[in-house]
Amino acid sequence: MTYPANLKYTETHEYAKVEGNKAYVGITNYAQDQLGDIVFVELPEVGRVVKKGEVFSTVESVKAVSDCYAPVSGKIVEVNSKLSDSPELLNQDPHGEGWICAIEMSDPSELGKLMDSASYAKHAEQGGGHH
Amino acid sequence: MAEELKKTPLYETHLKYGGRIIDFEGWALPVQFSSIKEEHHACRNAAALWDVSDMGELLVEGPGALDLLQFLLVNDIAKGYPGRVIYSPMCYPNGGVVDDMMVVCLKDGKYLLVINAGNIDKDFEWVSGAAKYFRDVTVKNLSKDIAEVALQGPNSERILQRIAKYPLNEIKYYHGVEHVDVAGIDTLITRTGYTGEDGFEIYCKASDGPALFDAIMDADDGDGLVPAGLGCRDTLRFEASMPLYGQELDANHGPLEAGLGRFVAFQKGTYFVGSRALMEQREKGLPSKLVGLEMVDKGVPRTGYKVFDESGEKELGYVTTGSYSPTLDKYLAMAFVPVDYSSIGTKLTVEVRGKKLLAEVVKMPFYKREGKKK
Repeated sequence: MTYPANLKYTETHEYAKVEGNKAYVGITNYAQDQLGDIVFVELPEVGRVVKKGEVFSTVESVKAVSDCYAPVSGKIVEVNSKLSDSPELLNQDPHGEGWICAIEMSDPSELGKLMDSASYAKHAEQGGGHH
Repeated sequence: MAEELKKTPLYETHLKYGGRIIDFEGWALPVQFSSIKEEHHACRNAAALWDVSDMGELLVEGPGALDLLQFLLVNDIAKGYPGRVIYSPMCYPNGGVVDDMMVVCLKDGKYLLVINAGNIDKDFEWVSGAAKYFRDVTVKNLSKDIAEVALQGPNSERILQRIAKYPLNEIKYYHGVEHVDVAGIDTLITRTGYTGEDGFEIYCKASDGPALFDAIMDADDGDGLVPAGLGCRDTLRFEASMPLYGQELDANHGPLEAGLGRFVAFQKGTYFVGSRALMEQREKGLPSKLVGLEMVDKGVPRTGYKVFDESGEKELGYVTTGSYSPTLDKYLAMAFVPVDYSSIGTKLTVEVRGKKLLAEVVKMPFYKREGKKK
């Protein structure tokens, strides 16, 4: 399983793809594989302010319910509304078409606490910790 | 993975086919091989094969066997004859359920009770305990000696026929045949299942289980057969609105509440355990009723979620099983609610993460296959 080098990762299997002052966030390829077929994504409201580590979305597969934790703090400025009708995008293209929302970062220095792709790959390989 | 998990004789087979192993009622079993949705659709449109060796089997035999079963089971086992399969709940005196099972009527007045994996010890104790009060009947727990696989889906007969030395089209729904040679293995085949599709459940000696599974997989010739796990086993039985013990049936919810009245043979002419309580429920009204729910608001209703009235103020009951339905592409649930809220079209709400989402009572089963074979 591969993890793009231009993304930053959390221990709880979210990623942040930085574009300017925005971070596009979603769940990793490892997370979608562990969850299996995703059948519902509860999208956050645009305008909501979240803190790093706060639950911003809930992803449900056939068998499991999984909370997603914000990799960075900030205001949610965009959501991927395609997921309402096509939650399977999270399985098909987790790091791309399956992004969940964009967060306008209030403290970009938080990115420094996230993992790079090599450390995340190792983390996932070892069973992914406590997700 | 905890080491104390029980393994079926097909454990190595699951690994070989790439199964993702989980703990199911203390058993190490695959939740999926490819994906729950893919396996689900394969069963509806082609065929799927499960190891269900975790299921238990009790052999009840002797001249007193029928009397014992008529006493313990709510259905009329006297209607059985060699080759007939009868579904029946087994009740406590208060009408709650000990377990539900398939009774396979064998030759020479023997009966094979196929029971749920999580209930094997409890059932064996219950049935053998009652047997002490009957003459000439013995109860044996064969659960460890028998492997069972389920081949389900419209292409099942075609696939199995390639390796079975018996004309399968002669086996009618809810019937079975003993000692059928399948790829050289001595099997018991019943035309039964837990998916809402046509198909077979095939029993053999535990040690023959892996070879039987492989032989069926290898008999596929472009028929779309896939190995399947527990995940889609649950979504398939859920769409067909078949009860699962511990969810739709338990010690507090009897067969009438679960909508299984057609399996309660009040008229069978003998007393049976639970008959008084069930009769009273029938006359005085049921404490609750199992209904089908379709979500109007988007969300996944899950087992244990609370159900309220339309206003969201009055708590009415709870979801017994809820899921996304891959065949119907809907979010559906079965739930216990008071009878007054059970008619089709009634609006109710389900509490999902603190929000009351609107749902509507709909008919069950959610899914019924076309041209169902009788």
